[in-house]
Amino acid sequence: MQSLTLSTITKAFGAVRALTDVSFTVAPGERVALLGHNGAGKSTLMKIVLGLLRADRGQITVLGAVPGSNAARTGTAYLPENVAFHPSLTGLEQLRYYLRLRGETPAKAIDLLERVGLKDAARRRIGTYSKGMRQRVGLAQALIGTPRLLVLDEPTSGLDPVSRREFYTILEGLAADGVAILLSSHALTEVEAKTDRIVILRDGLLVADDTLANLRRKAALPIRLQVAARPGSADEVAKKLAGGRRNGVVVDLLCQHDDKLARLGDIAALGAMIEDVEILPPSLEDIYSHFSQRPAS
Amino acid sequence: MSRILAASTAEFRIALRNRWVTIAVLMMALFSLVLAAAGSAPTGDVGADRLSVTVASLTSLAVYLVPLLALLMSFDAIAGEVERGTLPLVLTYPVSRAELLLGKFTAHLGILALAVIVGYGLAAAAAIATDARAIAGIPALVRLVWTSLLLGATFIAIGYAISALARRPGAAAGLAVLLWLVMIVLYDLGLLAAVVADGGGSFTTDVFPWLLLANPADAFRLFNLAASEATAAAAGISGAAGTIPTAHSLTSIALWPFAALGLALAAFRKVTP
Ligand SMILES: Nc1ncnc2c1ncn2[C@@H]1O[C@H](COP(=O)(O)OP(=O)(O)OP(=O)(O)O)[C@@H](O)[C@H]1O
Ligand SMILES: [Mg+2]
Repeated sequence: MQSLTLSTITKAFGAVRALTDVSFTVAPGERVALLGHNGAGKSTLMKIVLGLLRADRGQITVLGAVPGSNAARTGTAYLPENVAFHPSLTGLEQLRYYLRLRGETPAKAIDLLERVGLKDAARRRIGTYSKGMRQRVGLAQALIGTPRLLVLDEPTSGLDPVSRREFYTILEGLAADGVAILLSSHALTEVEAKTDRIVILRDGLLVADDTLANLRRKAALPIRLQVAARPGSADEVAKKLAGGRRNGVVVDLLCQHDDKLARLGDIAALGAMIEDVEILPPSLEDIYSHFSQRPAS
Repeated sequence: MSRILAASTAEFRIALRNRWVTIAVLMMALFSLVLAAAGSAPTGDVGADRLSVTVASLTSLAVYLVPLLALLMSFDAIAGEVERGTLPLVLTYPVSRAELLLGKFTAHLGILALAVIVGYGLAAAAAIATDARAIAGIPALVRLVWTSLLLGATFIAIGYAISALARRPGAAAGLAVLLWLVMIVLYDLGLLAAVVADGGGSFTTDVFPWLLLANPADAFRLFNLAASEATAAAAGISGAAGTIPTAHSLTSIALWPFAALGLALAAFRKVTP
């Protein structure tokens, strides 16, 4: 059974169509990244999954239950974007409160704070925390109990590079235990290595839902070959290969995946004029732009 | 139940940090002591003991101060969470809105109880210290305490309803002040004017008593003054309503907290985080 199933979810705020016919699933143990431009509908979709907003149309099952039902809320943990807490409470008090709301013993609070590296600040008021520290409190509360579905809205925003890595290590462990994870992010490089599947929204429409390797194939973006010519021969190399000159020595070529070997053969034939060749496959940014940009019309 | 307690503990701690507990207690204590001092002047050979007299003046104080304190504590409860952005997260926890509301409610009512007991207690101690017969007024004092809490509970819940309807703390504060002015001050003035204009007609005998009972603050005043031996000391509107049975005013002050909580919950349920 899927942990999360969305089918033809549609939501409008007045004239703004935030989501249109969005359907996808998240299986247990799967990490799905939700990508899309600002205002694409990521946060709205998550709020609908959590039962905070009601979809205008479509069906959702969260852990086999209705979103917002007690069963769904018991098994789901959420980290909102721009997570906020009462500034007068200390990190420890805030977590003890959340633990008690989930029926867990408040004694676990200090362990959770230690897990996100906040043990030393546990007894300070959240009002004195830095942005990243507040984000860590948000992560700590999402790890309470044994959630079976994690919904994380830009979980790594405000985290330093080391904490980001630690965060994804925690996620890896949870996914290995069968927890389904849906997270949104604008940091493509971390998503690339740390998630299993990518869902891209554009203006509330689902435009991609696949593994990165499959998306790369589907996008069929050209591969870039960077040819470094020997001094003085760049013009001739550019002419023979029909490529564009970039600076004094580098010639840029674009080719499709299937042409790659043939083009490399052309380059090798130039022999002594060539100093080096770099093969640059399309980056994740290229693939993301391909799917998330509006078609030029 | 444990979730209500958890919410209540957190709310109480926040009120403590924000000095709300101190402010509420100090306010009640200050006003009660001033009243006790004013009431300690020799009143001639009035039959009532000093504590009963103090309770009568505390009653007229409580009508103004208890609703004010209650509204001051509660107007931010929901609008503040909406503004700070703390509401969406807590609403994804397995806890119902009713439980969250009751958690806040018990915390705020507890703070009010503390303030009321300290304030009235100081005034009572002053009365008992200067008049040996004052022990006779203890039942009236006890009655004043629990009716004050019912009145406070009503206005705390009304404050939540305002908070949920307004969605923004600034607007909620304005609405709370307006409501206090209308329900506590203008309502009585309006009724008085209507009674005078009516000149003893059917409005005064048939409608007016029910309008008095409909306002929790008036019902509170009626009940305490009617039940107290010092009724004579009370002037104004309550004299005209001397015919209203105590059971009616008691019913009104006992039902109001539930009605107000129902209203607050209905308004809270409409808030989309
Ligand atoms: N409560 C609301 N009222 C009106 N419009 C809203 C509301 N919430 C979201 N929207 C609109 O819905 C659209 C989607 O917003 P959403 O917050 O889901 O975007 P997002 O993908 O999370 O963007 P970001 O990357 O900036 O976080 C936007 O056009 C936004 O203006
Ligand atoms: Mg968002």
